[in-house]
Order: sequence, then structure tokens, then C-alpha cells
Amino acid sequence: MSVTKLLLDESHVLLRKQCERFARAEIAPHATKWEEAGIFPRELYGKAAAAGLLGIGFDESVGGSGGGSLHLVVSIEGLMRGGSTGVAVGLWSLGIGLPPLVQSKDSFLTDTFVRPTLAGETIACLAITEPGTGSDVAGVRTRAVRDDATGDYIVNGAKLFITSGTRADVITTLCRTGDDPHGGLTFFVLTPDMNGVSVSRSLRKTGWCASDTAELAFDNVRVPATHRVGAEGSGFVTLMRNFQTERLALAAYGVATAELALEESLRYVRERSAFGRPIAKFQVTKHKLADMATKVEAAKCMTYQVAAAMDAGKYQGRDKALASAAASDAPSPAASVHSLRSSELNDARIDGVRPPQPATAPRSPRATPTPNLGLVKEVSMAKNFAAEVAVSVCYDAVQLHGGMGYMRETLVERLSRDARLLPIGGGTQEVMKEIIAKQLGL
Amino acid sequence: MKILVAFKRVIDPDARIKLTADRSGVDTDSVEYKANPFCENALEEALQIAEEHDGEVVLVSAGGPDIDKTIRAGLALGAERAIRVEIEDTVLDSDLAARVFAAVYKEEEPDIFFFGKQAIDSDNNQCGQLVAEYLGLPQACFASEVVIDDDGEVATVTREVDGGLETIALTLPAVITADLRLNTPRFAKLPDIMKAGRKTIDVMDLDDLDIEDTALKIELVSLEEPSARQAGVKVGSIDELVDKLKNEARAL
Ligand SMILES: Cc1cc2nc3c(=O)[nH]c(=O)nc-3n(C[C@H](O)[C@H](O)[C@H](O)COP(=O)(O)OP(=O)(O)OC[C@H]3O[C@@H](n4cnc5c(N)ncnc54)[C@H](O)[C@@H]3O)c2cc1C
Ligand SMILES: Cc1cc2nc3c(=O)[nH]c(=O)nc-3n(C[C@H](O)[C@H](O)[C@H](O)COP(=O)(O)OP(=O)(O)OC[C@H]3O[C@@H](n4cnc5c(N)ncnc54)[C@H](O)[C@@H]3O)c2cc1C
Repeated sequence: MSVTKLLLDESHVLLRKQCERFARAEIAPHATKWEEAGIFPRELYGKAAAAGLLGIGFDESVGGSGGGSLHLVVSIEGLMRGGSTGVAVGLWSLGIGLPPLVQSKDSFLTDTFVRPTLAGETIACLAITEPGTGSDVAGVRTRAVRDDATGDYIVNGAKLFITSGTRADVITTLCRTGDDPHGGLTFFVLTPDMNGVSVSRSLRKTGWCASDTAELAFDNVRVPATHRVGAEGSGFVTLMRNFQTERLALAAYGVATAELALEESLRYVRERSAFGRPIAKFQVTKHKLADMATKVEAAKCMTYQVAAAMDAGKYQGRDKALASAAASDAPSPAASVHSLRSSELNDARIDGVRPPQPATAPRSPRATPTPNLGLVKEVSMAKNFAAEVAVSVCYDAVQLHGGMGYMRETLVERLSRDARLLPIGGGTQEVMKEIIAKQLGL
Repeated sequence: MKILVAFKRVIDPDARIKLTADRSGVDTDSVEYKANPFCENALEEALQIAEEHDGEVVLVSAGGPDIDKTIRAGLALGAERAIRVEIEDTVLDSDLAARVFAAVYKEEEPDIFFFGKQAIDSDNNQCGQLVAEYLGLPQACFASEVVIDDDGEVATVTREVDGGLETIALTLPAVITADLRLNTPRFAKLPDIMKAGRKTIDVMDLDDLDIEDTALKIELVSLEEPSARQAGVKVGSIDELVDKLKNEARAL
């Protein structure tokens, strides 16, 4: 029993149970096989969609299931009961790949890519990271150049570490369309059937093994203008917004990972004996588990609170707040896209190295266009905290399992590898700290 | 076509349960509840039939307001509304439940009254049969397949019986109790979960239903926890196993 229950209504409780049931029936029995294969069957997307699990947090008007951030959090917890982070994140790559398209309110993009993906017919991924740049998003070098004759864009470049990238049908790709580090970024939807798109490598990893991770190469890919997501230069703001959801989700993966490891440990210490008694009877064991449980509860509280706060300000409310901030803050219609707010400048996976700017700084076209997202600090804190809890609880869980904790056959062994990515993916621990520090006025 | 489905709340079978100090019941302080799995099969079948024959599915359950959560889970799966008969869990046995359901049947007059073949908490396997008896309706228990004819007048039910499968035809209205192999219950989707919160649960009590005989026919004397499982033994060979089965366990 966790106090976080108080934040849940019946819909959260029921949804979580549904996800858990799906995970136990459709994922758990096959998890080990899929982890070893490095991929899971494509049909699982269809099954998950049929069970209503793919569209959580997406509006029903675009084919989603509705619901808010807290629904997303509990659905992730439920899916993680399958015992494979890889499967959970593989199924959910659409959770980072589709929101830019939804935000653009472009009906062509919605009908062509969003609906089929939420229906489990196609797979979506998000391609930001490149061989030359990860944390520093403004360093993106994949270029999209407009061919004035046809209006098409010609894309050249490469993307690295792309979850679901080896078989994605929808590749939401951040490209450089202008020289401004932030204002020169634009999303495009690339598809694998376009000439010049290739999967150069499927990558072998420490954890998240059941999800495929790709290096993609784009060689003179001709992309129709209809595949441009939003206006030229809108990519950075869109990405910042996307990060909020992605980071909350990563916090949820952290909570779920740690909770599973804790439960496995509680079971194991009762069964395993040493020196004539169950190891649960040793005080050091009890205290270790007490610490682990405390950390899990704290991470869960923080993650749920942030999700509930995000929901309180929305669902559409967050965008309304954004629009009104833009209206009062921005001098020109063009700036309303960016809804500049200097006090929250320099969000990053990104530009942690940029000097902070005074709140009243005049906005030049080159100013970092960071939207007022609200809760940026809290989401970053939750992501960091839950990720650290996951790593440390899994470390202790392995320890409590002794030699068994080092064996592929135990769940805590897998979880401990899966947890290690959480302080890296979706914005590293250091980058999160940069954001938090800036929000503290440093 | 109208289909009534009895939908019982039970303690989550995966939960670890403890008896109360006086052994009169299960300590319900921190247990989780869910719908009886057989009732979920009954509901799924009702929903499928309703989809094919343009019908309405109504849930009925007996208990206090705290069972509403479980009822809402059933509404989220697609039942249109529910009836809860207000009664305390502790003063309910299969016979009283059956009298309650028979009375609700008379109010609703459905074409089919679905039950789970038994509830996984008390494992009585009586309710459906009693209701059929009280109402003088045809019954088919342990259904593993149900087919309703186009006119909605006859149910052809395959039953799992000891020797194999038995197929019988019933003239509707009838009582059918569901086995696990009847179907795989669907998943409740978030929009339906949200909608379930707005569906009606009509509350009735024993007086509303004119139930006169409210006496319990079963007296609970006491509950015992099962004895702890003895440690097993490892056998060295198949021969040894066969020998033990023959001479120690006398199972062969
Ligand atoms: C399994 C997996 C799946 C992934 N999936 C996706 C995906 O689907 N899509 C996608 O676009 N990307 C994906 N990524 C990439 C991921 O988001 C990046 O790995 C992450 O953002 C870090 O970037 P990097 O690897 O380039 O590290 P770098 O940016 O090179 O960082 C190296 C180190 O330098 C530190 N550092 C960098 N800048 C600063 C600073 N300003 N101050 C202090 N320290 C700093 C970092 O914190 C880190 O410790 C995935 C990665 C993995 C491993
Ligand atoms: C890759 C690998 C190679 C190995 N190679 C060999 C080998 O070549 N030869 C060999 O003989 N063994 C080998 N081992 C076994 C290894 O030495 C044991 O795993 C190790 O000693 C721990 O024992 P255990 O796994 O039984 O854990 P357990 O003894 O079951 O311990 C489980 C947990 O209980 C804790 N615990 C136990 N007793 C106490 C106590 N009194 N107070 C507090 N906490 C306690 C432990 O610290 C641990 O956290 C190997 C193990 C691995 C994983």
C-alpha cells in the first residue's frame, strides 16, 4: 500500500489492472525469448492496440484513448509487469514519435501516420540523437534543404540509438533547416520506403534488450513538404514539449523497475536460507529492504505528484496556458509559436552550456526559443530521482540475490541492466541537473 | 434481446489472505478485490451475444456500496447499466443470493440470465441452478460454447461434463452458467473506463424486491487455514518415482 493510491481514481486503478493483465498474458510468458532475440513480434503492437493500450494520453480525436499523464504513468507500471523494459519501451516508442505530429494539428499527418500507429498497424519512432550529438540537441546536423523547384525537402544525415528504428514505418526526424541553433530545427516524417533511407545498424545493448535500437542513414532522401511537421523552425519548441512527456514516462519506468526489483527481493529473502535461517531474518537484510522500500515510495510519490500536477493544468489546459503565456509575452505572432520565456530559457537535452539570460532580456531572433512548459523543473527532478532509485534499488536487489542475482535467469539481473539506461536516455542525469539548476536561478 | 449477468466481487485470488482472530472470516482490511473470473466469462459471452443480436447487457450484484468499484469494472467492459441489491456480505449465502437474483429476474424479464459456474471464493456452484429452479427456467451449466439462433429464441449450449461434451438446446428465457473455456474476456479500454463512471447503478433492497424468506440456509461454523505444505523430496530415477507412487503414495 502506497500513499500514492490517494491520487488515483477508479479509472486509473482499472486501467492499471487492464495493462497488468495484458502484460501477464501477452508479455511475461515470452519475455525471456524476446530479450534474447533482441526484438518482439510485430503482432504485439496490434494486440496492444486492440486492448486499448497504445493510445493512452492521446486524444480520442486523433485515434487515442484519452486520459492524462497519470493514466500514462499507471499504464507503464502495468505494462512493466511483463518483466521486460524492452518490450514496454518498444511498444511505447510511439509515445515520443507521435506527439510532434499531433501537436502540429496537421490532418494529413494525423490521418496518414498517427491513426494507423495508434491502431497498432504501423510503428513510430523519434529520431533526434546523432552520431555527433546527443545531449546537445542544437548540434543536430541532419539537414533538410528545400528544393525550390518542387517544394520537396532533401534530407541528408544520420541518426543513432533510435528505439524501434529497425522496423519503424514512421520516423519522426529532427532536421536542420536553418542556421539558428534552436530556431533552425524542424521535424519531418520520413518513412523507410523513401529512397535513401536505410537502417545502417541494429545495435547490441546492455539492457532494454527486447527493443530494437537502430542507426539510421539518410542519403539524399526526397521528402514531400506535406511531411514537414509544423512550420519551419518549430522543431525545438515541439521537442521541448515532447521531452516533458518522455521524461515523465522515464520516471514511471524507473518507479516500475524499482518496485519490481523490491518485490522480487522480498520474495527471495524469505525463500533463501543461509546460516540456518532465511536471509530475511538478518537485520542487515531487513534494513536494506526498508531503505529500498522507502526509496520506491518516495520516487513513486514524486512521479505521481508531478503527473497529477500536469493533469491538473490540462489536458488541453497546458496548451492553453502556453497560448496565453505567449499572448501576454510575445511581441509578434511569429513569437507566439515559441512563446518565449527567458526565465525558463535553455532547457536542454540541449543547451545546458548556454549562459543564462536575464528575465527581461530583449528577444532577438537568435534567442533560445524555450516554451513555458510549466513543471519543467519538477519533471526533470522526478526523472532524475526515479532513475537513480531504480539503479540503486536494482543494485541492492542483485546483492540480496547473491550469485543468483548475477544470473540471466533472474528478473533482478535483467532489471539491473535495464535500469542503467534511465539516467542516460531522454536527457542525461547531468543535463537534468543543468535544467533544475537554471530553474533555481543559477 | 436483454441479458442479465450476475457479477460477483471476490477477494483477489493472487492476494495473500489472513483469517480474522476469531476465525469467523477473512481479514478484509488490506485485501484487494476483483470480479469473479467465471462472472467475467459470463459477461463476455453476454456482450458478444448482445453485439450479434442487438441486445442490452445488465449487471446484477448483491452487496454494499463498496462493491460498486467491481461493478464499474464490468460496466467498463460494455454492460449498459447495473443493479446492486443492498445487502451485507456477511448475511449472504447461495440460496439468499439466488432468491435475490430470481426477484431481480422478475423485475427485468431478460431473455438470458448468465452466471459464472461458481465463485472462486466460496466455490459453491449453486446460484445458477437455484435461480433456474425458483423461476422454473431451463438451465445449462458449465457452458463452454453458446450459440443463439437468429430469432433469439433458442440457445444451443455445449457443456463440459465428466465424460466429455454434451450439447443441449434450451428455449429462452433460460439460465446459463459459464465455464472458463467459454471465451477470453476482453480488455476494458480507457474511454470505456471513463464512460463507466457515468453509467447507472440502480440500488434496490430486499424490501423493494419483496423477498420474504431471507433466512440463511448455511451456517458458517469456522474457518481453518490450510496446513503448511510439507517439503518435497527429490527422486533419483524414474524407477524410484514409480516405486514411491506405487508403494508410498499408493497412487498407482
Ligand atoms: C537504448 C537507447 C535508446 C535510445 N532511444 C532513443 C530514441 O528513440 N531517439 C533518440 O533520439 N535518442 C535515443 N537515445 C539516445 C539518448 O537520448 C542519448 O543517448 C542521450 O540523450 C545522451 O546523449 P549521448 O549518448 O550523445 O551522450 P553525450 O551527450 O555525448 O553525453 C556524454 C556525457 O557527457 C555529459 N554531458 C553532456 N553535456 C553536458 C553538460 N552540458 N554538462 C554536464 N555534462 C554533460 C552527459 O551527461 C554524459 O554523461 C537512446 C539511447 C539509448 C542508449
Ligand atoms: C559468476 C559466478 C562465478 C562463481 N564461481 C564460483 C566458483 O568457482 N566456485 C564456487 O564455489 N562458487 C562460485 N560462485 C558462487 C559465489 O561464491 C556465491 O554466489 C557467493 O559466495 C554468494 O553465495 P550465494 O550466491 O549462495 O548467496 P547467499 O549466501 O544466498 O546470499 C544471499 C544474500 O544474503 C546475504 N547474507 C547471507 N548470509 C548473511 C548473513 N549472515 N548476514 C547478512 N547477510 C547475509 C548475502 O550477503 C547476500 O546478499 C560463483 C558465483 C557467480 C555468480
